[in-house]
Amino acid sequence: MLGIGLSVLSLARFQFAMTTVFHFFFVPFSIGMGFLVAIMETIYAVKKDKVYLDMAKFWGKIFLLSFAVGIVTGIIQEFQFGMNWSEYSRFMGDVFGAPLAIEALLAFFIESVFIGIWMFTWDRFKPGVHAFMIWMTSIGTMLSAIWILAANSFMQHPTGFKINPTTHRIQLTDFGAVVANPQLWRVFPHVILAAFMTAAVVITGMSAYGLLRKKKDENHFFKTSLRFSLWASLIFAILSAVAGDLQTQQIIKDQPMKFAATEGIYKDTKDPAPWTIVESIDAKNHKSSHEIEVPGVLSILAYHKLSGSVKGMDTINKELHAKYDKKFGKDMNYYVPPKTLFWSFRVMTGIDALIMLVSIVGLFFSRKKKDTIENHKWMLVILGLCIWVPFIGNSAGWFITEFGRYPWIVYGLFTIAQAVSPTSTVATLLFSNIIYLLLFTLLGGVMVWYSRQTLHHGPYYEEADSKQNVDPFAKEAFGK
Amino acid sequence: MTLSTLWFILIGLLFAIFLFLEGFDFGVGMSTRFLAKDEAERAAIMSTIGPHWDGNETWLVTAGGAMFASLPLWYASLFSGYYILFLLVLVGLILRGVSFEFHKHAETATGRNLWMWTFFVGSILPPFFLCMILLSMVQGIPMNANGDAFPQFFDVVNLLSIVGGVAGVLLSLVHGLNFIRLRMDGPLRERARKLNQILYPILFLGEVVFAVLVFLQTDFFTKRFASSLFITVLIVLFSLLGYYGVLKNREGFSFIGSGLSLSMVIVLLFNGLFPRVMIATNPAHSILIKNAANSQYTLTIMTIVACILVPIVAIYFIWSYSLFTKRINPRENTVKY
Repeated sequence: MLGIGLSVLSLARFQFAMTTVFHFFFVPFSIGMGFLVAIMETIYAVKKDKVYLDMAKFWGKIFLLSFAVGIVTGIIQEFQFGMNWSEYSRFMGDVFGAPLAIEALLAFFIESVFIGIWMFTWDRFKPGVHAFMIWMTSIGTMLSAIWILAANSFMQHPTGFKINPTTHRIQLTDFGAVVANPQLWRVFPHVILAAFMTAAVVITGMSAYGLLRKKKDENHFFKTSLRFSLWASLIFAILSAVAGDLQTQQIIKDQPMKFAATEGIYKDTKDPAPWTIVESIDAKNHKSSHEIEVPGVLSILAYHKLSGSVKGMDTINKELHAKYDKKFGKDMNYYVPPKTLFWSFRVMTGIDALIMLVSIVGLFFSRKKKDTIENHKWMLVILGLCIWVPFIGNSAGWFITEFGRYPWIVYGLFTIAQAVSPTSTVATLLFSNIIYLLLFTLLGGVMVWYSRQTLHHGPYYEEADSKQNVDPFAKEAFGK
Repeated sequence: MTLSTLWFILIGLLFAIFLFLEGFDFGVGMSTRFLAKDEAERAAIMSTIGPHWDGNETWLVTAGGAMFASLPLWYASLFSGYYILFLLVLVGLILRGVSFEFHKHAETATGRNLWMWTFFVGSILPPFFLCMILLSMVQGIPMNANGDAFPQFFDVVNLLSIVGGVAGVLLSLVHGLNFIRLRMDGPLRERARKLNQILYPILFLGEVVFAVLVFLQTDFFTKRFASSLFITVLIVLFSLLGYYGVLKNREGFSFIGSGLSLSMVIVLLFNGLFPRVMIATNPAHSILIKNAANSQYTLTIMTIVACILVPIVAIYFIWSYSLFTKRINPRENTVKY
């Protein structure tokens, strides 16, 4: 089911996965950076402690880099629904277009206009007014997340619609229900808090690298950044776990197959259900070996109580066949890829736990009383290496969400196979896949490279703007 | 007037605003090669749109979103039918979008040069291919009953679509130069005027060829003779206004003139399309606005949302422009605002 064979469907799916995952490296990071930079600048505006101004400026540079890549990879998404998934666009237009258009009108304009003002007006506004610009940008990014998740939540759990009997397309009947979709208000906090955590972990790691360089004048800067972001990463790691837990409660109701797959359960569990930490899954024969089990925990995860069994994929498969065979035929395969989901879930939660742990240890070593973190090189190195970790966690979470919806593109209503553009050909899709892959490699590489270079220069590097704008050799050119 | 027609007009308006605003961004990007003589001048030219380009591009995103939200069958047919061309538009927008930030961070001459070139290329591809798509589409293309468009090579690449693409690029360049005349000082301001003195006559020639080809290759003038002629005349008149501004050194006139010329191209196309959104070679397969539209309920909600949000956006959008009015002069090193 994950075949990378060269069919239009698999290429279109691969392209969607590639473009969204790459986009989703930068989106949570940008959302989080915007928010944290806004807090830094606000602290400066209130306390007038210059180090927070330096922080807002320095981390603001990293934010802008990420934001740039986020924008250009985002515009692909909007075109892609029409280009690769035209049948989906026809089927879903009545519901899906609205949040997308509102996202543009409400969020993208705020974001793009205010970031343009923010980046060019450091010397023009009072600190409080200037901080307002980054807050607007940050709010814009969060509004954008709400609306795109509203669209995605409908695909996960359709609400407020009917199927038009003549066109057989979805028709919106209750816009309020789309916005109030319980799925949305479970997934949004999880995503947004994970985004804050992502940015905090990156700031922590980069500050740790900064401290490793042992430059005296930068010590205070990186240490303040480090403590700020360690607190942030701890808080948001905990909160995003809590939010994720709430989301799980919703998933087990709306998409039991997704939940069963993340736990690798084929047969219904006993009551109370044990939680399997590690297992090997034989997807062909529908078997899984439960190697390390913790009794009762799965019941807590699923229902927040110490009893209740969890349905296995085999049972759910039967139920889904009973429910949908009339409309979609007997040949549908309702099993989602269990290995992908099982391990994605463990990677995601494991990473969250790791970040909590590392943040606590980091806070301990940088505590005010005995502030000696720069003497613990190993600790700084670990913090530095953690930079990459939340990105893996975010992608894993995204995998669960999207793979877990298989075989639907709109849950229970429209399959992925139905959605692809009839006009697409293997040749055009292969061509665009290669172009995107090359572009993304370039963009990602350059973004990381320039972030590294920015860190290398440190916060007190006088970026000689003049070098760009005044070229000593160009005087004659102007002289005429 | 039905709501779906209202949204057809609104989409046209969004595209027209987009071309007015991004048109000069694209032109400014092209000017880095046609106008600047060295790296410093190129960077100064780039900085004129630094705070604005992203907001301007959002009009395109909004137009696309509005299309999806109101006439999704048009959105689906158009974007899937012109797959490769939209891909090239995207490649251009991507290359251009990152070049501002990457150029700022580049520390070697090679690096800065690279991102200047992506800026340049990324400013030519989108207007060229967008205009090509639109002018190919209005000639009528093979479609099936499902609304899937299968334009063949010569449906996409033909005299009118190429002339349209080139005209779009040329108009954008002229518009960009007029913007530079407004926003810069020193030799670049004067050089931009001189370059436009040369470009305008070429543009007029291009507009005449364009008008003749539209007359021959589309049904605009058979279906709506008076309005098509009127709008075509307006395109030329606004260009003349721009040219007058070049000759008399009235920069505001030039800028408004070239911007409205660009917008009027969209008006001409949308006027000719109406009441269709896709024209098929077999007229039975053409998509009409009323068939492409969303439900009355969705359109009502979107209309309310747009009535509330668009004026608010317009207010802070215009305000953001009012913040950056100081002229940029590369000789005085005042690029930083």
